[in-house]
Amino acid sequence: MSETIRVTVNGVTYERTVQPRKLLADFLREDLELTGTHVGCEHGVCGACTIRVNGQTARSCLMFAVQADGADLTTIEGLAENGDLSPLQQAFWEHHGLQCGFCTPGMLMCAAELLERTQEPSESEIREAISSVLCRCTGYHHIVESVKAAASSMRGEPDSAAV
Amino acid sequence: MKPSAFEYVRATSVADAIDALARHEFEAKILAGGQSLVPLMNFRLAAPTVLVDTNGVDGLSYIKRTNGTLAFGAMTRQGAIEDSPIVAESCPLLLEATKLVGHRTVRNRGTIGGSIAHADPSAEYPAVLLALDGDVVVEGASGQRVIPASELFLTVCTTSIAPNELLTEVRLPVLPAGTGSAFLELNRRHGDWAIVGAVAVVTVDARGICEEARIALAGVDATPVRCHAAESVLQGEHLTEQVLAEAARQCAGAVHPGDDLHATGDYKRAMVRVFVERALRLARDRCGRIENV
Repeated sequence: MSETIRVTVNGVTYERTVQPRKLLADFLREDLELTGTHVGCEHGVCGACTIRVNGQTARSCLMFAVQADGADLTTIEGLAENGDLSPLQQAFWEHHGLQCGFCTPGMLMCAAELLERTQEPSESEIREAISSVLCRCTGYHHIVESVKAAASSMRGEPDSAAV
Repeated sequence: MKPSAFEYVRATSVADAIDALARHEFEAKILAGGQSLVPLMNFRLAAPTVLVDTNGVDGLSYIKRTNGTLAFGAMTRQGAIEDSPIVAESCPLLLEATKLVGHRTVRNRGTIGGSIAHADPSAEYPAVLLALDGDVVVEGASGQRVIPASELFLTVCTTSIAPNELLTEVRLPVLPAGTGSAFLELNRRHGDWAIVGAVAVVTVDARGICEEARIALAGVDATPVRCHAAESVLQGEHLTEQVLAEAARQCAGAVHPGDDLHATGDYKRAMVRVFVERALRLARDRCGRIENV
């Protein structure tokens, strides 16, 4: 038995018919072809599929698409504006915050939520904020540096740690 | 993996949810925050044929303080509890426990009612409910009833809530002045399930004597457990290091955790002693009457 749902993703409203068992992560990737959201573990451990649901981060492998009916979602595709990388994405690029890139969508969505809550996060707050996302490449160091650099650039400070 | 097929019911009221449960008594599961149920479904360890989604039910998300009781709507998100000034002031133990529940992303979705109804023996909220002698309110076709924490947890992920009942409210007592509390956990990584979780709550009078002590443990048995024998070691005493150590020793002697992937039963037992002692010390130091101890 399928259900018709209406969701807004990155400002665009979609109407689709889905089976209740369809995970939101799979809905984004398969039905909306928004493949920036990555699916790693499918059981809420790796955090790669993290998106924003009505502004709050959530693991899209732990929600069913039917639950997103009427919701406002943001995925990694929604971070850049008019083709320009957001300051956070720019900082990840400049500070080697991504290596293979698999965890990057989850890292960016968690870091974006953090930077909306606080303009000047401490290193431990950054580590806490990204602790729900597993990275198997960088050892987190460059990711933390990237978030720090993004915070300072969003405060309008010059990038002292630029490489 | 992917979950198996199920019928989806979007409940819009408590009556609606109860009605759906009554129609599908043994096949339906309540979908609250989904942070435990959906992983189980993705693994196909759980395959309910009907899911009753209570995320759209109005009036199940609130935090109220009335007459010495903190009441939480079952669908109150853990993230809302973490951000609540009422909780920070009236139940710092719950705030400390909340920060140990998964990660913020998990707490944005996870609910207090869902965590308690799921009754994972390693989880934080069931241990807090048991330590504080809280209650849950459940509603079914035959009406409403209140279940005290001591009668709620039956075995692993199993409670005395009937399949046709919905948990609607969680109630915790506000503790008197002179109370200190702590929730400490041993785990491999921050946000993981507790290998051993220790809750300690002590109420100390103006003379520095312990009027009431509460100790609960997570992760060491099929349900969270209270350690009444160890509590009685503390009651009526000055909470000296020796008294705390004796209570912690009693706790370790009272539990018989099994071996698992993360630790042997013997190791867990040794850690019960260590973590209860640390939690008791922290609770004592937070009671505000430390100068008299």
